[in-house]
Amino acid sequence: MYTIEVDNLKKCYGEVQALDGVSFRVHHGELFGLIGPDGAGKTTLFRLLTTLIKPDSGEAKVDGLDIVADYHAIRSRVGYMPGRFSLYPDLSVEENLNFFAALFGVRVEESYELIEPIYKQIEPFRKRRAGKLSGGMKQKLALSCALIHRPSVLFLDEPTTGVDAVSRSEFWDMLAGLKERGITILVSTPYMDEASRCDRIALCNEGHILGIDTPTGIVQQFNAPLYAIRSKRTFALLEAAREQQGVVQCYPFGECHHLVATEEFDKRLFVEALGDFEDLEIEPTEPTIEDVFIKLMRR
Amino acid sequence: MRRFFVLFKKEFLQIKRNSFLPKLIIIFPIVIMMLMPLVMTMDVKNVNIAVVDLDRSTASHRIASHIEASEYLTLATVTAEFPLAMEALEQGAVDVIVQIPDNYERDMMGGPTEKISITANAVNATKGGMGMQYVVQTIARTLTELRGEKMPVEVSELVTIENRYNPTLNYRHYMIPALMIILFILVCGFLPALSIVGEKEAGTIEQINVTPVSRLTFTLGKLVPYWLIGLFVLTIAMVVAWLVYGLTPAGSVGLIYLGAALFILVISGFSLTIANFSETMQQSMFVMFFFIMLFMLMSGLLTPIDSMPLWAQRFTIILPPRYFIDILRSVYLKGTTFMDMWQNFAALGIFAVVFNTLATLTYKKQA
Repeated sequence: MYTIEVDNLKKCYGEVQALDGVSFRVHHGELFGLIGPDGAGKTTLFRLLTTLIKPDSGEAKVDGLDIVADYHAIRSRVGYMPGRFSLYPDLSVEENLNFFAALFGVRVEESYELIEPIYKQIEPFRKRRAGKLSGGMKQKLALSCALIHRPSVLFLDEPTTGVDAVSRSEFWDMLAGLKERGITILVSTPYMDEASRCDRIALCNEGHILGIDTPTGIVQQFNAPLYAIRSKRTFALLEAAREQQGVVQCYPFGECHHLVATEEFDKRLFVEALGDFEDLEIEPTEPTIEDVFIKLMRR
Repeated sequence: MRRFFVLFKKEFLQIKRNSFLPKLIIIFPIVIMMLMPLVMTMDVKNVNIAVVDLDRSTASHRIASHIEASEYLTLATVTAEFPLAMEALEQGAVDVIVQIPDNYERDMMGGPTEKISITANAVNATKGGMGMQYVVQTIARTLTELRGEKMPVEVSELVTIENRYNPTLNYRHYMIPALMIILFILVCGFLPALSIVGEKEAGTIEQINVTPVSRLTFTLGKLVPYWLIGLFVLTIAMVVAWLVYGLTPAGSVGLIYLGAALFILVISGFSLTIANFSETMQQSMFVMFFFIMLFMLMSGLLTPIDSMPLWAQRFTIILPPRYFIDILRSVYLKGTTFMDMWQNFAALGIFAVVFNTLATLTYKKQA
């Protein structure tokens, strides 16, 4: 039994094809990540699944309910946290929580034990206006509000964008806690390093899904030799390396460049052919999800 | 019902927390009601008159002194040369020239008379026209007096005038109900639209849309707060009209509230409908301004509908303020009862139902 079933979903805005035939399935109680850059269609997918917009074609079911026919029933079963903070900035923390509880027809006390681990951290500021909270606190309040009616599915659109590294890590701990309570979570993020916190991930780009697997499974798909190369003359090195034999791809990766090689690639010959980079360092490295992403995008 | 109450409470809380709105809601009606009736006057005063006296007789002096005595007219200059007066008119120092021909007094008693000629500067059509009328009235009165003295026959005044319902023809009393309507249009026409578009811009409407709140509940949650605010504004306006201008309704106060209650629903429902079609504040404001111009200038608030072209008169049938201004003026000045103008109430009722149904239907929880 799948909690989210998406079948060949398409949506365009005028000329722009935001989603071009997306299909995937999410198990009950799974933490599923949508990884992709801006413009990949992640937000459109969330807006479709939370019934805010209708698809052009294709089908999708959330908790067994059709997103078009049963949109009303879906609304009381899902929690949605949009990418942009969209609670009332002029209401206090407490007032926002009570307001959304009342709209869903529940009492805060009924769900308190569910939101407690999250809400407890912002409770000392419950009289403060939501607009005056820090980024991390806003995000906790938004998550509390999204959980107030005990949804069975949680949709989180880039919840960690614009949040500091410590709060981001804390946030993923909270999601792990919610997952243990049996809540299915669909989360999107542009940060590849967060992908490893998901059970399974889908790599998306320009309205397509490039691949779906567990984070380790995705990395294993990368079956070519990978090297990290570095020199002080960063840009010259990139240009020169791309010219060499046996180099499939070379791209900047943090402080160094990643070099995807063919099986016949010979490190010694490569260094010789490259010429005058006296401070050149080259060593084999483990592929990351980002490397897989770049490889899949090239295909 | 609980959901409606929560939305209602939230709306009021937001208005209260706003640093500007509560002040606006109280100060706006007071300022408009105190200031505007004083400046929005169609009574023409201080019309400057030049008398070109070619006659230099008792009669011509009498005419000049009567002009000077009139509360509307100011005698700017008396001269014997028309070109001098004309020059003053061109410079704007004089609005109307009265020329009394030579031998006017003598000829007045019999035989063909050369006529008094009046020249008015009609660039400001109202001032020119009204000034001319005042001058004609003043001269006519002087002439009647003179004739009465010369011929001791009892000459009765030919016409008597009585202005019913607004005995002193006080323009303020005519304008105050119109100002009240302008207040409603501005407060209840703009605020609900701004509130919805504000939620669209802040993204909070998305958060509401994923909840099971129905369209009707949401619309009512936006409508009712501004309805109450509108009635509050009416109360302030009526108190100011009473305290400052001594104007109290000749008819029933309840009838005024009933009309206002319906009219505010109409205008708020209209405002919500526009907000549903607008993505940004600018867009909704511009569309509202367009309709507000129509409402203010074509509904008989400032100029009578009867003097508009026929096609425009027919068009006013679909302008809701037209019905309310009728109610407000009649009840305030004439003391009209409900039975005399139930059609106007019915029209407002129909508009209220239509616009609010439209507001509910056009609010999309799903695009």
